[in-house]
Amino acid sequence: MRRRVATSDKAGGTARVRSVVWHVGVLLLLAVVLYPIVWVLAATFKPSEDIVGSLRLLPSEVTTANYDRVFEGVVGVGIGRFFLNSAVLAVLSVVGTVASSALAAYAFGRLRFRGRTVMFGIMISTLLLPFHVLIIPQYIVFQNLDLVDTYVPLLAGKFLASEAFFIFLIVQFIRNLPRELDESAKIDGANHWRVFWDIILPLCRPALITTAIFTFIWSWNDFFGPLIYLSTPDKYPLPLALQLFIDETSGSDFGALMAMSMLALVPVILFFLFFQRFLVEGVSTQGLKG
Amino acid sequence: MSRATITPDLDDGVRTTGSTGPRKRARLPGDGMAGYLFLSPWLIGILLLTLGPMVTSLYLSFTDYDLFNSPTWIGLENYEKMFSDPRWLRSVQVTAIYVALAVPVKLAAALAVAMLLNSKRRGQGFYRAAFYGPSLIGGSVSVAIVWKMMFSDDSVVDKLLLGVGIDTGGWAGNPDYSVMMLVLLAVWQLGAPMVIFLAGLKQVPRELYEAAEVDGAGRWRQFRSITLPMISSVVFFNLLLETINSFQVFTSAYVVGGPNGQPAGSTLFYTIYLFDRGFGDYRMGYASAMAWMLLLGVGLVTVFLFRTARGWVFYSGDSGDKR
Repeated sequence: MRRRVATSDKAGGTARVRSVVWHVGVLLLLAVVLYPIVWVLAATFKPSEDIVGSLRLLPSEVTTANYDRVFEGVVGVGIGRFFLNSAVLAVLSVVGTVASSALAAYAFGRLRFRGRTVMFGIMISTLLLPFHVLIIPQYIVFQNLDLVDTYVPLLAGKFLASEAFFIFLIVQFIRNLPRELDESAKIDGANHWRVFWDIILPLCRPALITTAIFTFIWSWNDFFGPLIYLSTPDKYPLPLALQLFIDETSGSDFGALMAMSMLALVPVILFFLFFQRFLVEGVSTQGLKG
Repeated sequence: MSRATITPDLDDGVRTTGSTGPRKRARLPGDGMAGYLFLSPWLIGILLLTLGPMVTSLYLSFTDYDLFNSPTWIGLENYEKMFSDPRWLRSVQVTAIYVALAVPVKLAAALAVAMLLNSKRRGQGFYRAAFYGPSLIGGSVSVAIVWKMMFSDDSVVDKLLLGVGIDTGGWAGNPDYSVMMLVLLAVWQLGAPMVIFLAGLKQVPRELYEAAEVDGAGRWRQFRSITLPMISSVVFFNLLLETINSFQVFTSAYVVGGPNGQPAGSTLFYTIYLFDRGFGDYRMGYASAMAWMLLLGVGLVTVFLFRTARGWVFYSGDSGDKR
C-alpha cells in the first residue's frame, strides 16, 4: 500500500509527516525510558538535600561534593581499590570463560566421541537449572578447602565452562563454519589442536567477542557471588562496596551513594557504547539475557 | 597432544576412501580422546560444580545441617516445615505475584516497542540499541539504588503522583507498592526481549500483510491473525526465558528490601528468604530443601508452558531455516 501511493507528490508529503510523527513518538518513549539515568546523573551534582523533595531536574547549584565524598573511600578502603577488584575479577572471568567455553564448544561442535549427545543434552539442561540448587554445596566445598574470602570460588566456574549459554553460542557458530576448512587442514597433517587454534578460533571471533563482552558485564554487575564468599572489605568488588556504603552511612548520604552508583556503571556504559552491535546481535540471535 | 595427532588420520582415512556414512557411524567414534581432552574443563566443572553439588544438595535437603556440626538425617521434615512456615509462604506469594505481573507486562511492552520500531525508517539501529541499554545495567546494585531513591518518600515519583492526587508515601517504604516498584524495574529492562521480538518480526513476510489488506483486514485483525501466529515461537522463547529469570530475581530485591524483605516482608522474594536461611541463619538443610522446591516450581511452570505451547506456538517450515 505504502509503495502504491508513494508515487504521487501529496502522498510523499504525508509519508514525510508520518515519518516525523514516528520519530517524535519513539523519541518521547525513549525519553521516558532513559529518564532515570538523566535524573540520577543530574542528582549526583546536587547537594544531598536537593535530591529528594525537588522535582527540578537541573541542580540549583552544581556541586562536586558527592563525588569528593566517594573518593574518600568506604570504611577506609579507597574507591580505586574496589574498581581494581572488579576489574581483576572481570578480566579473569573473561579469560576463563572464553578459553574454557571455546574448548568445550570445539569438542561439541566438531569432534565425535562416545557420550557426546548425552553430554550435550546435560549441558543444555543446565541452562534451565536455578543456580540456587548448587550454591550451598559449592559453598561447603570451598569452605572445606579454606577458599572462602578468596576469588577462587568466584572464578572456578568461569575456568570450568559452567556458563552453558556461551558454549551453546560458540557451538552454533562452529557448526555454521564450512567443514572443508578443517578437513583440508587435517589432510595437510594438522592435529586437532592446530585445527582448533589456527582455523576455528580465528573464524569464531564474533562469537568469542560476544562471549567476552557479556562475561565482562555480568561479572562487573555480579552481586550474589561476592556477597556469599567475600568478607574482607579490601577484596570487595564495586557492587558489594556499594552495599557496604549503604550500611556504613545507613543510606542517608543520598548524593554520594548515587555518585558512587554512577561511577560503578561507567565501564558497563562504555562497553555498551563501544560494543553495542555485538551486544544487540548476541541477544537477537541467541536470546542472551541482558 | 601426540595421542590427538593419531586419531584424525584414522578419521580421514575412513572418510576419504569409503565415504560410506552408515559404516562410519557404526565404528568407534573417530576422535576418541581428543573430544574428552577438549572437553576436560567442562567435564571437571559439570562433575564438581554441577552434578556433585546437585546430589549433595538433594541429600542435605533431608538433613538438619548448620555448616559446623555434621548433618543429621531428618527425612522429609524440612519440606513439611515449609508449608507451615509463614515466611516461606510469604516468599512464595511475593515471588508468584512478581512473576505474574512482571513477565506479561514486560513482554507486552517489549512487543509494543518492537512493533513500533519495526519499520524501514532511518535510525532504527540507534533506537534499538538505546532501548536495549537498560537491560545491561538493570540488574545491577547501582540501578537498584537509583530506583529505590526515585521511589522513596517525597522523591520524584512520589511528587509526580501527588501532583495527580495519589498519595502513596513513596513506593519504596509502602508494603502495598514495593513489589510494584520492582515490577517497573523489570519492565524498564524490556530491551532484551524487545530485540528478540524485533528479530522475529523481521522474518514475517510483507506479502502476508499486503494480502490481508486487500482482503480488508484491519490493523488489529492483522496483528491477531498474522503477526502473533508468525512470531509465536519467539513469544514462547521470551516467555520461557523471562519466567525462569523472574523466579530468580535477587540483587534488586536485596538492595531494596535487605535480607528480611523490608518493608514489612513485602519484598521477601523466594531467593532472598533462601539466602537468609542459608547464609544468615546457617540452616543449610532447610535452604537446600527450599532450593529443590524452587527447582520443582520452575520445572513445573516450564512443563506447563511447553504443554500449552502446543496449542498456540506454530513453527512454519519456511521461516524455520532462515537465520
